[in-house]
Amino acid sequence: MFRRAPAAPGRRRGLLAAVHAVGALTSPLLPEDFLTLVDPLWSTTSLRGRVVARRRETGRAVSVAIEPGRAWAGHRAGQYVGLAVEVDGVRHRRTYSLSSPEGAEHLTVTVQEVPDGVVSTRLVRNLPIGTIVELDQAAGEFTLPDPLPEKLLFVTAGSGITPVMAMLRTLDRAAAMPDVVLVHAARSPEDTIFAGELTALAARHPSLRVVLRHSGVTGRLDPGGVDRTVPDRADRAVYACGPAGLLDALDEAWDGVRVERFRPAGRASVEGTGGVVELGGTRVEVEPGRSLLDAGEAAGKLMPSGCRMGICFGCVLPLREGRVRDLRTGEEHGEPGDLVQTCVNSACGPARIDLP
Amino acid sequence: MRAATDLSAEQIEELGRRLDAIRDRVLAERGASDAEYIRGVIRTQRALEVGGRAVLFAGALPPAWIAGTAMLSIAKILENMEIGHNVMHGQWDWMRDPKIHSSAWEWDNVSSSAEWKHSHNYLHHTYTNVVGKDRDVGYGILRLSEEQKWNPYYLGNPLYNFLLSLFFEYGVALHDLEVEKLVAGEKPWSRVWQQIKSIGRKTGRQILKDYVAFPALAGPFFLPVLAGNVTANLVRNVWSHAVIFCGHFPAGAVQFTEEQLADESRGEWYVRQLLGSANLDGGRYFHLMTGQLSFQIEHHLFPDLPSNRYAEIAPEVRALCAEYGLEYTTGPLWKQYLQVLGTINRLALPNGRR
Repeated sequence: MFRRAPAAPGRRRGLLAAVHAVGALTSPLLPEDFLTLVDPLWSTTSLRGRVVARRRETGRAVSVAIEPGRAWAGHRAGQYVGLAVEVDGVRHRRTYSLSSPEGAEHLTVTVQEVPDGVVSTRLVRNLPIGTIVELDQAAGEFTLPDPLPEKLLFVTAGSGITPVMAMLRTLDRAAAMPDVVLVHAARSPEDTIFAGELTALAARHPSLRVVLRHSGVTGRLDPGGVDRTVPDRADRAVYACGPAGLLDALDEAWDGVRVERFRPAGRASVEGTGGVVELGGTRVEVEPGRSLLDAGEAAGKLMPSGCRMGICFGCVLPLREGRVRDLRTGEEHGEPGDLVQTCVNSACGPARIDLP
Repeated sequence: MRAATDLSAEQIEELGRRLDAIRDRVLAERGASDAEYIRGVIRTQRALEVGGRAVLFAGALPPAWIAGTAMLSIAKILENMEIGHNVMHGQWDWMRDPKIHSSAWEWDNVSSSAEWKHSHNYLHHTYTNVVGKDRDVGYGILRLSEEQKWNPYYLGNPLYNFLLSLFFEYGVALHDLEVEKLVAGEKPWSRVWQQIKSIGRKTGRQILKDYVAFPALAGPFFLPVLAGNVTANLVRNVWSHAVIFCGHFPAGAVQFTEEQLADESRGEWYVRQLLGSANLDGGRYFHLMTGQLSFQIEHHLFPDLPSNRYAEIAPEVRALCAEYGLEYTTGPLWKQYLQVLGTINRLALPNGRR
């Protein structure tokens, strides 16, 4: 929990000395432990945000607008953000795509309720305005290149629209809409997030074509269906975001699709052996099929975490003994010293993992 | 263990299961109101500390000196007892708040949290009241049990206790060193040296903060601020010594031998915690100021349950004790403390049996 400050020249060194001097007055706490009594956003060691607005998008989705602390470095359209909220006194970390455009004053995440989802239910149903959330800096590679491709195709389903919405809003603000086709599927018209705004965007930009599909009526989106709708698909740079089944099908059918996955593929189908894992000195029972991260958090351990789907590597910890099972592939792996992704690995008999 | 009670092995295991049920219920109930409780205590403590130090800057005026010193003393007691001790027991780890977590907490005490978690959470809570194993029995300085062999050094028992009470935080820090293990060759010098450096660092920081930096900031009022800070540290030391000694050494609290520890079951462990601990009677704010160690029995049974829950489960634990015929030792602070002092005085002499 201790980061060494980088060597700083001149004036900054003076400032650091001042901070150290104040630190002598607050030891063993930090000056900010007192400052944050006044405003939680003044924290310099953890990035926080304050919920300033909630807007209902559909019956099961809301957009949450968050005013970030000053350390927020901004985001690029298509990136996601890790955030921690408290539910029943327990802090939960999740990752959500940002739906706000680049450079917006407040960042927004648009969240669809997941059945039995602890955090999504809280965000969608009853997150009070003024709530303080912990934030990570934005991350993720699912972004548009500079310069922009001449022709773009977005294929999205469900809440997979959210990173693409950030892209469309950014292009709209810059008044630089290239030739874009968006094919988006939702269960029903009532379940289509941003339906009104998408229609308005298309009306404003002749170069933007929006195709809304309803899987409850026309069946699931598939590569063939998109090809029939977008005859020049092969000329377009393709970005896709949505459920794993759709992304796998697109990946297989076409070359060069950029995808953003919301859940690790095949996770539910894998049965691990489970086992008792010593996590930073505490013995934690890891049930078959449950991730090390989930099990550790349930035992009250402070686990580093990030996307919780195996893409950001924010959760890696050194395996000291034993082996682990990758929940995406079912494969058993690991040698002492390996860094394992705790969010997508379960136990495979007894193991020992160090905590930072 | 069975020697300490009339209970059968079956009864002890049944008692253990019933205590486990209490624990499971509290674990299942933990929630937002508990989180709000500890955050509220932390906010109050920090506000008292800032306020106390501010008022002390006007410490040339006697009423301001008294008010500032009192606020700072209360802040230091809360910080050590209800917050530091309990956070480091992992009572609040379930919140997964990195700011209020046993692995991250450091307290305003010269014993570092890492050393203290070993000597207190591990040694004392595992081997509670086992003479020769639990180093809290006498802190390596006092004679607190007939099982400790008398020698003329112990004639100073009352004096040592008085000094330990004044400098309690140093006593705790030095007791982490386990000097007797060093003498016996069970502990390497390098490890002790590492601990001494850690104590030195923390002592240095406390001296710098309380005895140099804040008095210096007060300029012409250097001396009143210094005196206020010294007093607050003394008050905290004397108070925590009194509370902690009343937890295990008044009449009624039982001590055990290493033989009784052998092959101990979960139920027997519970019984030893019950019999070896003693509670203090008092009101809500009294319990808060003791860090809920006035519920020492409940704390020893369930050291990692949130401290605000001890008051609620105490009647159930007491009823279980009555049902199984086990003594539930409790009394007012003054009475328990006089009993502790009586024991300390008596054991200064060669075997004054009760």
